[in-house]
Amino acid sequence: MAIKTLTIDGDQYSAQEGETILTVMRQHNIPIPTLCHLEGLSTVGACRLCVVQVEGIPKLLPACTTRVEEGMVIHTATDKLKKYRRMIIALLASEGNHVCAVCVANNHCELQELAYQVGLVRVRYPYLFPKKSLDATHKEYVMDRNRCVLCTRCVRVCDEVEGAHVWDVAGRGINCEIVTGLDDAWGKTETCTSCGKCVMVCPTGALFEKGVTVAEMEKQKGFLKYIITARQKKEWVSFTDGQ
Amino acid sequence: MTIEDLQELSEQEQQRQSEKKHRILYCSAAGCVSCGSDNVSAMLKTKVKEHTLEKECEVIGTGCMGLCGEGPLVKVQSDNILYQNVDEVTASQIVESHILNGKRVEKNICDTSAPFFASQTKIVLENCGRINSESIDEYVAALGYEALGKALTEMQPHDVIEEIRKSGLRGRGGAGYSTGLKWGIVRKAHGEQKYIVCNADEGDPGAFMDRSVLEGDPHRVLEGMAIAGYAVGASQGYVYCRAEYPLAIERLKLAIKQAEKIGLLGNRILESQFNFRIDIRIGAGAFVCGEETALIASIEGRRGNPRTRPPYPSEKGLWGMPTVINNVETFANVAPIIRNGSDWFSKIGTEKSKGTKVFALAGNIRNTGLIEVPMGIPLRKIIFDIGGGTPEGQEFKAAQTGGPSGGCIPNEHLDLPVDYESLLAVGSFMGSGGLIVMDSTSRMVDVAKFFMQFCMDESCGKCIPCRVGTRHIYGLLDKISKKKATQDDLTLLEELCVMVKETSLCGLGQGAPNPVISTLRFFRHEYEQLLQPVETYLGGEVEVADFEK
Repeated sequence: MAIKTLTIDGDQYSAQEGETILTVMRQHNIPIPTLCHLEGLSTVGACRLCVVQVEGIPKLLPACTTRVEEGMVIHTATDKLKKYRRMIIALLASEGNHVCAVCVANNHCELQELAYQVGLVRVRYPYLFPKKSLDATHKEYVMDRNRCVLCTRCVRVCDEVEGAHVWDVAGRGINCEIVTGLDDAWGKTETCTSCGKCVMVCPTGALFEKGVTVAEMEKQKGFLKYIITARQKKEWVSFTDGQ
Repeated sequence: MTIEDLQELSEQEQQRQSEKKHRILYCSAAGCVSCGSDNVSAMLKTKVKEHTLEKECEVIGTGCMGLCGEGPLVKVQSDNILYQNVDEVTASQIVESHILNGKRVEKNICDTSAPFFASQTKIVLENCGRINSESIDEYVAALGYEALGKALTEMQPHDVIEEIRKSGLRGRGGAGYSTGLKWGIVRKAHGEQKYIVCNADEGDPGAFMDRSVLEGDPHRVLEGMAIAGYAVGASQGYVYCRAEYPLAIERLKLAIKQAEKIGLLGNRILESQFNFRIDIRIGAGAFVCGEETALIASIEGRRGNPRTRPPYPSEKGLWGMPTVINNVETFANVAPIIRNGSDWFSKIGTEKSKGTKVFALAGNIRNTGLIEVPMGIPLRKIIFDIGGGTPEGQEFKAAQTGGPSGGCIPNEHLDLPVDYESLLAVGSFMGSGGLIVMDSTSRMVDVAKFFMQFCMDESCGKCIPCRVGTRHIYGLLDKISKKKATQDDLTLLEELCVMVKETSLCGLGQGAPNPVISTLRFFRHEYEQLLQPVETYLGGEVEVADFEK
């Protein structure tokens, strides 16, 4: 496989053909915020947080889906990109009902972490305060659509890893919602295996275990890597390795 | 069927037509049907029967005749007389006075020497309004399927691609990518199966070009697709048509059936080794499905969400196979290019934009309807000569091209030649060909708000900038139009527009802010007039979202 040389933020790196810019950046610990991306799941390039500037290309490209090419000169943290990332997180904050102080995922929330990471101090857009529903019909888990950021990790993990395809996205635009089954109550769907993968990959407090209260919903992030490496390489990594 | 049989069919049909003394054509496209052409045609037929004229006179439904605003339209082909605003009374007069006594019905005669008709160049629409849109014989008599025969017998697939490339034909869906190059990529791409997809998911507000072509001359599109299939090595084609076009779908179905029956589609077309089938897929009413990757997802039976490109559909398209996706109008240009040669085509238009473009004229304009003009024609000529200018002495203000992804073009840029590059240079976009004219009664903030509401409603919700960004842009425009906004809101609006444009995943999001950006560029004062000084704002109530109401 051919080796490609590329420049990221002034430093040169080598990468294998077919790798994405994000893979290379993660390998070399170059920080970049991501939300919809999760190692082990298919990439969708939907959150647009990881957009980077590649010299010679007028459009911004998402690092997670863009494959490396020989001689690419990439800028990942220009002022403009940082501003856009802040705006994206601000848009998310204004879209849902994200109230950290009363949220089960407080201090364990990726949206919260991202807000710190991109330096969000103020949301200038009016909060939309949507009236979204909550589904507590499942015996073990709860879904609160008010906290959903529509990253579709749950949709993908259920379809690609668990193979149950319980989750889907319904509606369009600002009225999009995640649904279980054919928009049935979660507890009534016959396909759900109650494996909990969706809950564990959910970046916010939208999916959580019953019985937890504020700041108690800590998610086990290592499980996906554990399953994927076991399946693909027949190796058993530590469950608590993290991502 | 062989080429000779096709020739014979054509001669028979021409013979049949020449035996008729009169051919009365009525427009049976959706525009005229909606203002009563069905009743008119019934009356024409009754009268013809009543006076036992069936032998010498036939009454035929055709595709769009162009001047939709004056419909229903009826044409007496033998005398080349076009009647406008025909009702049942006029229809009976046409038969009883014009056909029987040779006395024309003067009050309804439409002046076909007017610039609306005289300034047009028809390639795509050459058969619309001239032939029976439901008859394959008439299409064949009008040189139909000759190009397919020529391609299959005289040309190698790469010759076809080379001919299309040399003609300079560019995608008529709006982005303007070279059709020949696109086909070349698909031809070279590896895949056990390749597909041809015709994008007939025309969704821009005020656009009806593709609908008119499909309703008026469906065989032309099928022929173009079959030639494309031969050129790239595909044996299956799909027409993805929106469900809101029932008449177009009905005619397409009929056309496919007719072509299959006489061996112009299906296995061993014209006794060659080439097989090509076409199926119709009907969209469920999502604008975003006009975006090629979303369209592919929709044909595959999935939610119509776009995905990031590359890989482009030419490499990985429908079911992961190399796929040609072209617009209806692009396919409609293919047969004439093959028939007449690339040199003929490339003489029309400008250096970089060849051929003609079909526009749907709508809005505050005298001659609402469908026109086809050579590329590079000044916009002024389209609006004032062909379109007849704005009605009732209102002053022209701006023209919007490119639908919700396009921009407005004000008076000072009216001498701009209409081609892909010039439109981009003034912040607009060729788009698929909707041209909406606005006069001094239009408020530009409201225009921007209208298009933004459209984009907000049609966003698929996959990427954050488009899903939430369009919602907030709409909210800000609403606030400005209700005189509740301040300078800060305008700044916020501008920042958000640029961000949504640059970071969105697909063309819908990337193009959504264009109407705002372009109205701000040319009509900024209209926004500023509506702003409140900061003091008033501080004293007033802070607006919270009213989206739920």
